[in-house]
Amino acid sequence: MKRSQIVDWATAIYEDLDFSTVHAWLDEAPGRKAAAYLPVYAPREIIHACGMLPVGIHGTGGIEIIRGDAFYQSYICHLPRSVVELAQSGRLDMLSAVLFPSTCDVIRNLSGMWQVMYPDMYVRYLDLPQVADPKLGAEFWKRELNVVRRDLGEVSGIEATEDRLRASVALYNEVRSVIRELYTARRETPWRVPSEELYLLLRAGEVVAPEFFMEQARAYLGVIEQCDDRIKDRTRVLIAGAFCEQPPLGLIKTIERAGCYIVDDDFLAGNRFMIGDVPDAEDPAAAMAETFVTGAIKTSVLYEPDPAGKRNLMKTRAAAAGADGVIFAAPSFCDPALLDRPMLREGAEAAGIPCIAFKYAENSGQFQQFREQAGTFADSIKLWGDA
Amino acid sequence: MSDQNRAAQKDNSMVIQKEMIAAHYERLERAPETKEPVVYTFVPGNLTELIRSFGCLPVLPEINALQSGMRGKSRDYIAEAEKHGHSEDVCTYVKCDIGMVLAGNIGPTGTKLPKPDLLLLSYTGCYTFMKWFELLREQYDCPCVFLHVPYQGDGVIEPEHREYMIKQLRDEVIPALEKVSGRKYDEEALRERLQLSAEAEDDLVWVLQSAKNKPSPIDAYFGAVYYVGPIFSSFRGTEEGVAYYKALRREVQERLDAGLGPVAPGGPVTDEKYRLVVEGPPNWTHFREFWQMFADEGAVVVASTYSKVGGTYDFGFRHDPDDPLGTLGDYCGGCYTNINLPGRIDMLCNYLKEYEADGFLINSVKSCNSFSAGQLMILREVEKRTGLPGGFIESDLVDPRYFSAANIKNRLESYIQMVDARRQRGAVA
Repeated sequence: MKRSQIVDWATAIYEDLDFSTVHAWLDEAPGRKAAAYLPVYAPREIIHACGMLPVGIHGTGGIEIIRGDAFYQSYICHLPRSVVELAQSGRLDMLSAVLFPSTCDVIRNLSGMWQVMYPDMYVRYLDLPQVADPKLGAEFWKRELNVVRRDLGEVSGIEATEDRLRASVALYNEVRSVIRELYTARRETPWRVPSEELYLLLRAGEVVAPEFFMEQARAYLGVIEQCDDRIKDRTRVLIAGAFCEQPPLGLIKTIERAGCYIVDDDFLAGNRFMIGDVPDAEDPAAAMAETFVTGAIKTSVLYEPDPAGKRNLMKTRAAAAGADGVIFAAPSFCDPALLDRPMLREGAEAAGIPCIAFKYAENSGQFQQFREQAGTFADSIKLWGDA
Repeated sequence: MSDQNRAAQKDNSMVIQKEMIAAHYERLERAPETKEPVVYTFVPGNLTELIRSFGCLPVLPEINALQSGMRGKSRDYIAEAEKHGHSEDVCTYVKCDIGMVLAGNIGPTGTKLPKPDLLLLSYTGCYTFMKWFELLREQYDCPCVFLHVPYQGDGVIEPEHREYMIKQLRDEVIPALEKVSGRKYDEEALRERLQLSAEAEDDLVWVLQSAKNKPSPIDAYFGAVYYVGPIFSSFRGTEEGVAYYKALRREVQERLDAGLGPVAPGGPVTDEKYRLVVEGPPNWTHFREFWQMFADEGAVVVASTYSKVGGTYDFGFRHDPDDPLGTLGDYCGGCYTNINLPGRIDMLCNYLKEYEADGFLINSVKSCNSFSAGQLMILREVEKRTGLPGGFIESDLVDPRYFSAANIKNRLESYIQMVDARRQRGAVA
């Protein structure tokens, strides 16, 4: 498979606001059902084990918002507007269930709106475990997982037996492993893996069957190995804060074209929320819960029990990625990203890591200011930094 | 003397409360000498009885922020926080509090606030709380203990969620309080405090429900923020709290017996023309002006959701001394912002009916996504279910930049005209 074929496939899915791939999957066999989730983290394994297609709803900057704006005041972020727009225009009618994780109060309240607006759809608010005690947290989360497992089984008519769930856990371990490989490839050879392409691939992975995504991702890993593009004189940056409302593709392109290589980011962070594999265990829900409470990524949507955790996070991540600087790119009005930013930035700057910050919306259409900021940032690091 | 500068009229209970608050802040100022441990915590899901049973003193950062807003100090504090990199987009309570800390931590009454010995993060109904204490932890070298209160996503406190909270209280919160206070957990002392809470709660509910009378002797939004002050903050489970609510009840009973309306800043509301229900927190920077706009129209708020943010007692909950940890879990889980949107809609519909209101208003504050996200849907849904007119006002908690008196007055007047038009149509029909 050629690189352009893979990228074109992913681009077509990214641009398709009618979720044709989801419809196609549903049409492949009678009785199939799809369950969606909002950012950031939802247990896709559970959805999959219930025989349903997990569908990531990440909003879109690609449609005109008419109905969505009627539901939100001007000071609320853009993501729920486009999600409501998609729903109100009938584009999400194929869903049988939607999971709303405890990312922030906007997504939390959207779960209640959904309950009122779509009473026939299964809706569940996922209260992620926040406690410092792993035993207590795992016990709580296991119970939550089993509730979703039971309920989705009833929706789909397919019970997520231990065997089915173990198989799904193994499959998503593979998915995360492939994603880790993609991130490693970009970190080590960013000139071969433009972030725009990586992002498109991962975004496509949110709405296709995991097996199919892995096929495409492995093909992509194969072609980039053959790639003989040369390294360019660019600054390696970490993009922090874009974990929920996604940046427009143009912003990702702009940052790289302004003289940066993105070597780590938070885009679609839910697909790699657990750092390692979930072990194969007799009780797969318990294994998922334990892995979550002991091995989730450090993120704004989870409580940080370590008092030094926020201060050290950017230093740790920048070192792991070999980043020369941090770009704090947060969606406007995003509580998790913007409330965390002063702590993260202070820690980064105390460690001598250059930083800049800006805000975007998923429908931002003008990128000149971002180009200037990112370009100046990259140049300043090259001229005056240690890079 | 201009209207703005004229001293506002106050109920006797307001004067009592002011003295209670002043005494509490003075006690806090002396805490470094008296060695009383200080615990910072939040209003929704506050565990005041438990904190006090360990001989600790509670500090509520939201109360500091709103008091700063009412006393004209929040603008500078917010500017200070923004200067230190806090975004203009986020909660102004947080920025006001952080700004106050950066400016020397002088509390709203002018006394120095002590550093916390413990941050008790009761994570109840507000995502921002988590970040707020992570941010405060950066300022203070003290432990932080976390109580995760599950949200009522399905409209109930599930038994397993209750058990989860009890375990956290037993295994995390109590040991943390034992450590900072040097005292062992005394369940009997907690029970006694819970009994005091229940007594005060009975009187508070009586006061709030007095608004079912016509005319209402209270304003259940602007007035109620005073009434809930002691019970939502440092005085639940105390003798002073019980005494305050007894005095308040007497005061309201006297007004009721005399057929009097509430006392607004500009004087008593003598002609109750409109009975309204309000959803959302008030603006604090122009609180009196905001209240007076309603009073000038003869609009009395007969029920509000904000007055349930620290506990929904009017639906039957009372702290239960016979189940000390379970009842704290029930309390936390039942706070207003921990209730899902369908539950909030039901509550508003219930208030409109029970209090025979003419309509409802939403004051949507920029700072608070927990309240504000979804309010436009609430507006439509409540109108649809009740047939009563809804209005929408926008302001902020403590950022004066977001309070536009002319706009709000305009919207309120338009809304009142809508209520009148609806009444006229009703009369014709």
